[in-house]
Amino acid sequence: MEQFGSIDPRLTGARLMLSKVKAVVPVMSAKGGVGKTLVAVLTALHAARMGRRVGLLDLDVTSPSAHIALGVDPQKLQPEERDGVVPPDVAGVKFMTVAFYTWDKPTPLRGPAVDDAIREVLAVTNWGELDLLVVDTPPGLRDEALDVLEYLPRPRVLAVATPSRLARAGVERLLAILEEQGLERYIVENMAIGAVGLEELAEKYHARYLGRIRYDPGVEEALGSPEKLLDTDMAKDVEQIAKKLLEELGL
Amino acid sequence: MHEWALIRAIIAEVEEVVKKGYKVDEVTVYLGELQNVDKSVMEAYLNEAIPQIAPGAQVRYETEPARFRCRVCGREWGLDAVELDEATREAIHFVPEAVYSFVRCPFCGSRDYEITQGRGVRLALVTSRRQEETGETR
Ligand SMILES: [Zn+2]
Repeated sequence: MEQFGSIDPRLTGARLMLSKVKAVVPVMSAKGGVGKTLVAVLTALHAARMGRRVGLLDLDVTSPSAHIALGVDPQKLQPEERDGVVPPDVAGVKFMTVAFYTWDKPTPLRGPAVDDAIREVLAVTNWGELDLLVVDTPPGLRDEALDVLEYLPRPRVLAVATPSRLARAGVERLLAILEEQGLERYIVENMAIGAVGLEELAEKYHARYLGRIRYDPGVEEALGSPEKLLDTDMAKDVEQIAKKLLEELGL
Repeated sequence: MHEWALIRAIIAEVEEVVKKGYKVDEVTVYLGELQNVDKSVMEAYLNEAIPQIAPGAQVRYETEPARFRCRVCGREWGLDAVELDEATREAIHFVPEAVYSFVRCPFCGSRDYEITQGRGVRLALVTSRRQEETGETR
């Protein structure tokens, strides 16, 4: 006789929920503050404008912020219960965040609780049919960020980096990990100012370089409104990146 | 509904084990008090579905009380020590970690605590090798 003790059904559940999603793109960064969330939000908004069926999932469970960029009040807008929970439509994007359940209160999760929250959100969210699911991940290269890659089917990672020389080591490590895991990887350069590009890093780690996004102080003003966000200079740069990404993904 | 997502995942797990060549004798579904899933809905679906996938399998349900341990003062407590309104219960039902946004340690007020048991839904299976495949009994 054999025992299968303590099976966690959630990852199997997550696989079922994501089974009709054509491409899953986790947006990752080696550290916080590089504009990862905005790149994720704008990529999703642009892809939706280009006529694709798009989802956006905020898995930065300890400090979710995609809803702030989109101007979603989690106390007013809630997912609908249908074979799990169906993410509400925000500016043409199916949007899911743990903030729907924590109502913007601080959520001091530690260690295994971070992992549990991520698994739970993945297991309950009913995405239906999508062309593209953009996932905003926890920043950094700690377990919770890397575990996400294991939970998602065939993740094709969009790495967001700044050209800062200080940040360079982090970006290198991220690209090296992605290469080691044999994952498809793309890189975009955010807040690009000078001429020192990340193209050669992309080359070194066999990542596809999708382009650079200029630093745009106007973005701050546009937070909270998808229309205003799409009107920024940053959005114009991301539009080109989104086009290339969809091409790469065959969508 | 949310229960349905968990039910489907449980069914897929049992199917997987059967596919691997095991005979499933018993399925125990642990229902964590914190997540507070509707047991009658689970029973209605699983009692019907599991015997179809795994003939002869017994399905049992066990409710696990939620327990918390504070990392600051070291004390332990259960859900009866805290008050939760309806909306909070609902939030925790979907994502049990939402508890950290609403509940503090009832003894010292800290939010640094762990859920030691009764968090969510998990399952355990008792199986035996299928005779016709291995040619032996175990
Ligand atoms: Zn305490």
